[in-house]
Amino acid sequence: MFEGGIELARIGVFVCWCGTNIAGTVNVEEVAKTALEMPGVVYAKDYQYMCSEIGQNLVKNAIKEQKLDRVVIASCSPRMHEATFRKAATVAGLNPYLVEIANIREHCSWIHKNKEEGTEKAIALVRAAVAKATLNTELTSGEIDVEHRALVIGGGIAGLQTALDIADAGYKVDVIEKTPSIGGKMAQIDKTFPTLDCSACILTPKMVDASAHPNINLYTYSEVEKVSGYVGNFEVTIKQKARSVNMEKCTGCGVCTEKCPSRKTKSEFDEGLRTRGAIYKPFQQAVPNVPVIDRNACIKFNTGKCGLCEKVCTAGAIEFSQEDTKITQKYGAIVVATGYDIINLDNFGEYSYADSPDVITSLEFERLTNAAGPTAGKFVRPSDHKKPKKVVFIQCVGSRDKSCRGKSYCSKFCCMYTAKHAMLIRDKYPDIEVSVFYIDVRTPGKNFDEFQRRAVEEYGVNYIRGMVGKVFPDGDKLQVHGVDTLSGDTIKIDADMVVLAAATQAKDDAEELGRKLSISTDTNNFFTEAHPKLRPVETHSAGIYLSGACQGPKDIPETVAQASAAAAKAIILLSKSKLVNNPCVSGVNEAICSGCLECTKMCPYEAISAKTLEIKDHGKVIPKVVAEVNEALCQGCGGCTVTCRPGAIDLKGFSNRQILAEVDAICH
Amino acid sequence: MSRVKINPDSKKKELDQILEISGENIRDCMQCGKCSAGCPASNSMDILPHQVIRLLQLGQLDKVASSQTIWNCASCFTCASRCPRNVDLAKLMEAIRLTLIRVKGNSRLKADDVPGKLDNKIPQQAIVSGFRKYNK
Repeated sequence: MFEGGIELARIGVFVCWCGTNIAGTVNVEEVAKTALEMPGVVYAKDYQYMCSEIGQNLVKNAIKEQKLDRVVIASCSPRMHEATFRKAATVAGLNPYLVEIANIREHCSWIHKNKEEGTEKAIALVRAAVAKATLNTELTSGEIDVEHRALVIGGGIAGLQTALDIADAGYKVDVIEKTPSIGGKMAQIDKTFPTLDCSACILTPKMVDASAHPNINLYTYSEVEKVSGYVGNFEVTIKQKARSVNMEKCTGCGVCTEKCPSRKTKSEFDEGLRTRGAIYKPFQQAVPNVPVIDRNACIKFNTGKCGLCEKVCTAGAIEFSQEDTKITQKYGAIVVATGYDIINLDNFGEYSYADSPDVITSLEFERLTNAAGPTAGKFVRPSDHKKPKKVVFIQCVGSRDKSCRGKSYCSKFCCMYTAKHAMLIRDKYPDIEVSVFYIDVRTPGKNFDEFQRRAVEEYGVNYIRGMVGKVFPDGDKLQVHGVDTLSGDTIKIDADMVVLAAATQAKDDAEELGRKLSISTDTNNFFTEAHPKLRPVETHSAGIYLSGACQGPKDIPETVAQASAAAAKAIILLSKSKLVNNPCVSGVNEAICSGCLECTKMCPYEAISAKTLEIKDHGKVIPKVVAEVNEALCQGCGGCTVTCRPGAIDLKGFSNRQILAEVDAICH
Repeated sequence: MSRVKINPDSKKKELDQILEISGENIRDCMQCGKCSAGCPASNSMDILPHQVIRLLQLGQLDKVASSQTIWNCASCFTCASRCPRNVDLAKLMEAIRLTLIRVKGNSRLKADDVPGKLDNKIPQQAIVSGFRKYNK
C-alpha cells in the first residue's frame, strides 16, 4: 500500500441526487461509477438525499465498514451542508477536516441544461475534490474568547427591539444612532395598521425603556467609523459627532430651541413641512431629551456673532467648542438595523411633486395628520391651509418599476398605509372624496386584507385599478389624468391634494457600511441574509446579524419579529464562554521565511507579526527575523500565502499542494 | 359578447415579426395602464394603448389590426418614457403598422393621392412621416 513513501488513502465518494436538483442534470450513477476508478477511491455510492438521516448513516457506516480515512461528498455548496457532513464524520470517528465537498449543485447541475456535459463537469469536480482530499490532514480547532457585549447599529424600532431583547437577556448593548434622537421612521408615523393605534403611544415607551435600561448605552448623533476583528471579538470605532450641548448639564427645558433666531432650515423629522432652529430637538419626545446644534445653520458658527442660546441657557450646557469624539469598544456580536429611506421623486416629473406643494409623499401625509405635526393634526393643504375636498392617492410610484427611475421590487407596505390614510380621511371627514389608483392590491398578513376591504366597503374609498399618467396644477386645483383599466375608461379628477406612495430604497450609505462590516449587499443595496429561507437574520460574516428594513422592505410587525430573531441569534453567541475557531489558518515555514514581512502589511486581521529567532550560522549565533501567525486572529483568508515571495506561508486545509492537486486533476 | 378562445400562440408568425421589429418583450407589461393614462391621443382611439399590449399577450392580433388605435398613435413616445416596465409601446405600435403595410397591396398612402391632400400649411416633414407610417 505504499507508493513513493505515501500511504495510499482510502477515500469514499458519496454522490447526492438532491432529489432532481442534481440528478435532473447530472447522471449521478455515472459519477459514482467513474469515481471508483479515481486514485485512492475504494468506495462510491449515490443516494437521493445524502443530507437526510439515512444518507448521513450511509456515510457513517461506510467510514466504519470500509475503513475510510477520507470522505468526498458530491452535493450542494459547502456553505449549505459542509458542517452537516463534518459532524457526521466526527461521529464516525473521522477528523472532520478529512471531509471534502465537491459542489455539483450550485456549480454544476443548477447552471447546466445538457445532462451529458453536466455529468462530465460533475466528474471533473469530484476528481478535483478526490485529489485534494488525498492531501487533507487532520486539523484541530482551537478556542477563542467572546466579548459579552453587543453593538446595535440603528436606533429605529428594529434596533430598539433588538437592543431591549439582548439587554433583557442580561448582556450589555450599545446602540449607535446617526440622528440626534432614537425612534427612527416609526416616530414620524401617526397611526399604525391594521389596528390604527397611535404610533407614538407604542413606540415612545420603548424609547424610554431603552434609555433607562441599565444594560443599554445609547450613542446618538454617532456613526460607525471603523470595524475590525471577528466573531466574538469585534473592535468598533464609533464617531460621536459634536452635539455642542453638554448632555449631562442640559435639562431639556427647550428655551434655546425657541429663542434660536436661525429659523430657515427645513425640519428633517417633519419631512420639510416646517422649519426648525439651528439648535433643535427633532421632536418633542426625542430621546435623549437634549437638543443639538446644526453647525451649518448656526449663525454663531457661520459669522461668530449671536450665541443667544448660550445666554438663555440657565444650565450652562451650550458648548460651542465641543469636538467630534472617537470611542473604541470591543463587541462579541453586531446587529445591523439601519432601516430604509424613500426614493427621491425628482425623476417623476409627471406627478408635479416638485411643482406643487399639494402633491406630497405618504411620509409627509403622516406628518400632516399627526397631532404633533406642523398643522397640529388638522388636515389641510400645505399651499393655502384649506381643507381639501378631493384627495387622490397614487400607489407604486417607483415601486415595481424596472426603468432607471424606480426600483424593480414591491415596496411591500404601501398598499396597507395607503388604505390606512384613505380610511383615516374618510373617518374624520366623510365629505372628502378619496380615490386610490393602484396596479394590484397586495395585502397578505394577519387582518391585513380585511383592513383594506374595510376602506372600500365601509368607508367608501374609491379604488381605481390603473395608473395616473399626469398630475398638473390648474388654478388652485390639481388635474389628475388616469385610467381605469377594468372599464377601459380614461379618467380625469380635479383634485385638491395628491399623495404619492414613493418606493422604498436602501440607505444611501448601506454599501459603505457593508464594506466596513464585510457583509454583502444585493443589487438594490439591501443587506444580504446568509440564506433566504433558513438563515434570514444572519449574514455571511459570523457574528453579524440583520434586523428590520435594512435587509428589505418590511412593515412594523415584521420588523419587530425579525428584530427579536436577530437578538436571539446574538444572545446565542454571547451566551457562549468560548467559541471554536477555524483551524484552517496560516502557518509559517520558518526555514524558508526571508523575514521581508510583506505578509504583515497585507493581513486584514493584523494576525501576523515579526519574531526574532536565534540561529546558528557557521558556528555563530545570529538573529533571524521571521513572520509569526497568531492563530486566534487569523481568519484563513489566504491573502498572506499569495503575498509571500519565498512561499513560506501556507494555509492549513488549503495548502498550495492541495490547490495544485485540484488544478492538476481538473486538467487531467 | 361572444366568448373568446384564448390562444397566445395563434398568429405566432405575425406576433414574432412584431416582436422582432420592435425588439420589445410584451411579457414585461403588467397592465398598470400608465401608457393609456398619459396618452395625449387616447381620445381618438377605439382601444386604449394598454389594451393593445393585452391583446398581443392574448394572441388576439386581429382585434389590434382592425383597430383605429394603431393608426392614431402619434409616436410621441410619452408612453415609452413613462413605462415602469421598460416596454416601449411606441415601438410596438410602429412594428404592428409595419407588419400590416408590408403585405403586398396594403399600403395605406399612395403617392398619387398625396398632392390632393396637400395644402400650404403642411410641412414637408409631414409628407415624409406620412409615407413612413402608411406606406411600405
